[in-house]
Amino acid sequence: MGKRDYSLLGADAKRAVETGLAAAEWYHTDIPRAQMKALMQRADQPAIRDTILLYGCMIAFAGIGIALWPSWWSAPFWLAYGVLYGSASDSRWHECGHGTAFKTRTYNDWVYQIASFMIVRNPHAWRWSHARHHTDTIIVGRDPEIALMRPPDLARMIANFLGLIDAWNGWGRMLYNAAGRIHPEEADYIPETEYPKVIRVARIWVAIYAATIALAIAIGSILPLMVIGLPRLYGAWHHVMTGVLQHGGLADNVVDHRLNSRTVYMNPISRFIYWNMNYHVEHHMFPMVPYHQLPALHDRIKHDLPAPNRSIAEAFAEMWPALKRQLRYEDYFLRRDLPPTAKPYREDFHDGALGAAE
Amino acid sequence: MTDWIDACGTDEIDEEDVIRFDHDGRTFAIYHGPGGDFFCTDGLCTHEQVHLSEGLVMDYEIECPKHNATFDYRSGAALRAPACVNLTTYPVKIEDGRVLIAI
Repeated sequence: MGKRDYSLLGADAKRAVETGLAAAEWYHTDIPRAQMKALMQRADQPAIRDTILLYGCMIAFAGIGIALWPSWWSAPFWLAYGVLYGSASDSRWHECGHGTAFKTRTYNDWVYQIASFMIVRNPHAWRWSHARHHTDTIIVGRDPEIALMRPPDLARMIANFLGLIDAWNGWGRMLYNAAGRIHPEEADYIPETEYPKVIRVARIWVAIYAATIALAIAIGSILPLMVIGLPRLYGAWHHVMTGVLQHGGLADNVVDHRLNSRTVYMNPISRFIYWNMNYHVEHHMFPMVPYHQLPALHDRIKHDLPAPNRSIAEAFAEMWPALKRQLRYEDYFLRRDLPPTAKPYREDFHDGALGAAE
Repeated sequence: MTDWIDACGTDEIDEEDVIRFDHDGRTFAIYHGPGGDFFCTDGLCTHEQVHLSEGLVMDYEIECPKHNATFDYRSGAALRAPACVNLTTYPVKIEDGRVLIAI
């Protein structure tokens, strides 16, 4: 494959549609219907517990941070608050966007709106973007959510640990939408009927940020921005650290999530922040399974999946050399071996992509 | 005169569940509601071509397994994005323990 064109309006996008790679049928591990139904069952209790814990901790950390401000003793509390604001919001946006976190739809919608604001992703635009990500996962020219393109922009990735690219792009897009405009790439995946919702939310957000900035100016302190806005930057590192592992260094243009997604065992704190999205192959294969059931799903299908990475550090140790190699040879990717109990990859489906792996 | 097609037995679908039924090159979803009643809709989600029979039935709603679009399978109404277009529904009747649909 030659130089990749990640534009949703470019040559690779057209090719993916013409070759049937777009909206293709993906591989699924066989699970009896009764077991699948049990895994898909919704519940409010786990997400209510986690949400009370999350927002309770945020209020406590921010309260202590404000009380100790401007002393450096407040710094650890801001760092903790920031991770919950700038990283846990990513997973809440994600799970509530799927509608699987809570059983009650309005609970999903409330948390989705709050999380979307914190992570600076327009809740209407990104709902459609993420639907496309699931239809065409890491299909070049089709998937609007490819975090690490090839060759990988490592400077961008590192900058994003402080939200320096994505958050600014989010705020830029907010202003663009608030001006009553929909970007041409957004128009590729958002139905026209949704445009007014995209624009309305952007305008509400602009009003919230304007009020926060006005308060900061009025009191002559950045303290209001430490609570709203800036934690998207100083707390972004955790969601970027876990997010780049989802697909980084793995195959593109394939229709088997075992080839393009990564499951990583993580510590309990990261799993709380990330809401179990470390089981990422499982999530992509069965997006209807709620986050609290993903460990059970993993146990049920792990015989059919590549061995998970044992830790975040191990996953980075695997991914980083692959990314560096992609700088010189962008067709390179990590091919993950399957256990003998797994159904083999369909080599005939993935001729072009699989030829480049080692 | 309505053509009734024998789709399945009433005991072939658990309560609050769905099965796929293919007929004459078309695909349908047959639902067993929580009240013991039965319903039929087109088998594919109106958002993308995904079989609803692999989705989750909750009360009188079916959720698509791919993108979590939700429909009321009694009326076909699209309830949750990314579905914006309603499902087509079809009449159902029960005779001698069989689910018959008019398509």
